[in-house]
Amino acid sequence: MTDKGRAYILPAIIILLVVTIYPLIYVFYLSLHRNMPIFEISNFIGIKNYIFLLKDERFWNALKNTLYFTGLSVVAELLLGLMIALFLDRSFKGRGMIRAIVLIPWAIPTVVSAKMWEWIYNPDFGILNYIFGTNINWLGSPFWAINAAIFMDVWKTTPFAVLLFMAGLQVIPRELYQAARVDGASSFQVFIHITLPLLKPIILVVLLFRTLDAFRVFDAIYVLTGGGPGNTTETLSIYAYKTLFQTLQFGYGSALSVVVFLCVGAISLFYVKTLTKGIK
Amino acid sequence: MIKKMGFYFLLLLVVFYCLGPIIWQVITSFKPDTELTAIPPILPKHPTTAHYMAVFKKHPFLRIIGNSFIVASSTTMFSLIIGSLSAFALAKLKLKRKMLILGFALSVSIFPPIATVSPLYIIIRSLGLRDTLWALIITYTTFSLPLSIWMLTNFFRQIPDELYLAARIDGCTPFQAFYKVLLPLCAPGISAAAILVFIFSWNEFLFALTFTSTTASRTIPVAIVLFPGLHEIPWGEIAAATIIVIIPLIILVIAFQKRIVEGLTAGAIKG
Repeated sequence: MTDKGRAYILPAIIILLVVTIYPLIYVFYLSLHRNMPIFEISNFIGIKNYIFLLKDERFWNALKNTLYFTGLSVVAELLLGLMIALFLDRSFKGRGMIRAIVLIPWAIPTVVSAKMWEWIYNPDFGILNYIFGTNINWLGSPFWAINAAIFMDVWKTTPFAVLLFMAGLQVIPRELYQAARVDGASSFQVFIHITLPLLKPIILVVLLFRTLDAFRVFDAIYVLTGGGPGNTTETLSIYAYKTLFQTLQFGYGSALSVVVFLCVGAISLFYVKTLTKGIK
Repeated sequence: MIKKMGFYFLLLLVVFYCLGPIIWQVITSFKPDTELTAIPPILPKHPTTAHYMAVFKKHPFLRIIGNSFIVASSTTMFSLIIGSLSAFALAKLKLKRKMLILGFALSVSIFPPIATVSPLYIIIRSLGLRDTLWALIITYTTFSLPLSIWMLTNFFRQIPDELYLAARIDGCTPFQAFYKVLLPLCAPGISAAAILVFIFSWNEFLFALTFTSTTASRTIPVAIVLFPGLHEIPWGEIAAATIIVIIPLIILVIAFQKRIVEGLTAGAIKG
């Protein structure tokens, strides 16, 4: 083909450069400054923000919370998603309807689902305490709060995993299952030796998407607990946001943002490497 | 028979898992205030629509729904126009470094919003766009572009090159061939991308929270979080508001579930 495409792609390139790459350079620039926009303060201080960050206990606490949140929620979503997908991977009446229902938690805003769960978790009038006959302050106790947030996240995002796994399972030829059955394999053996290996690429894709999403978690925590009680649910994004827009330290907040960006970059590089190795 | 019943029991469990919290919210939205602070009973004794009335009377909720609607539909329009032009170039035209451009778009899609929110805030403030719908439309259009570009490039690639060449030989300019021949053939892909972009913009919270400050530009997620209560949290009104917000999404999901699933899985399975 000889028609030139440059003019058609130009608008996309320009808007992506201006609204994502330029701010990315700018955030790095900000992170090297002591910057408080309200007071018009902006002094170059080199890497002092980063040195402070290494000694900042609240940062390490936020990192620990983020890793705990990411690890637990991603593993739970993956296992639960796989179970539900395997269970739904058959033909039955109303399959389309079930797929639509599974999509609903995924489609509603995270903020809305967090508000719904906040009411469910309510210590006095919440239905959770009523069902279990307990009297637990789910969002007010340091132990339960982060796990309650994880549970909400699992509810909200497992459907995404279910849908991708269902699509992946449909691609596996049914003859493979039948052949294995004829050869006397148990359903567990079929799962381990046929389903799992063929599903591996999709599992990695789901892992990548979910890990990235969970690592930058903001909405769910902001609404449910705001980082409390006593910073026990404060993740990196929440800490960065508070530093930026509540204490108005744009320099240090930007340094925290840069760290989130670097972590996300490292996670995706790791997955992409594993993924391309798997394909070869 | 027992196996079948077991299957339907588990199916019911999955349905309940997905819908349970929403059903509880529906029940809450119809309970009068006095019954909200008492459990049991689970179902409202004297169901009322007072909370729904209050959402529109006591709060500028219509205005906020309007804001969300304008932002989400404008974003969808811009994202798809720019995205389909790019996809056309990437799938059918001569272009250097196609893989690099696609990789660049993909890497933008993993940007954590928190990483760009502080500079974008400063830029938007200095342009005088703070607390305007444009601030959100521009940001959302950009961050949804990777999705549009990837999905539409996949769809444009599925159209045989011969169709494009035939249109050119018949005297179409490249742009005419694009919008008279290729675009109509891509309609399913475009609607799938449109739904995903719309849902993304309808639901986004971090940028909306940062760039808006009054009802002039506030969108639904921000309004729900900042729902004002005089003395205590107005759970009934919040429940009613969330149900109002969820209904269009549920209709969208049920009407377009096939397209949505296609859109979500297309990239993942082929990529």
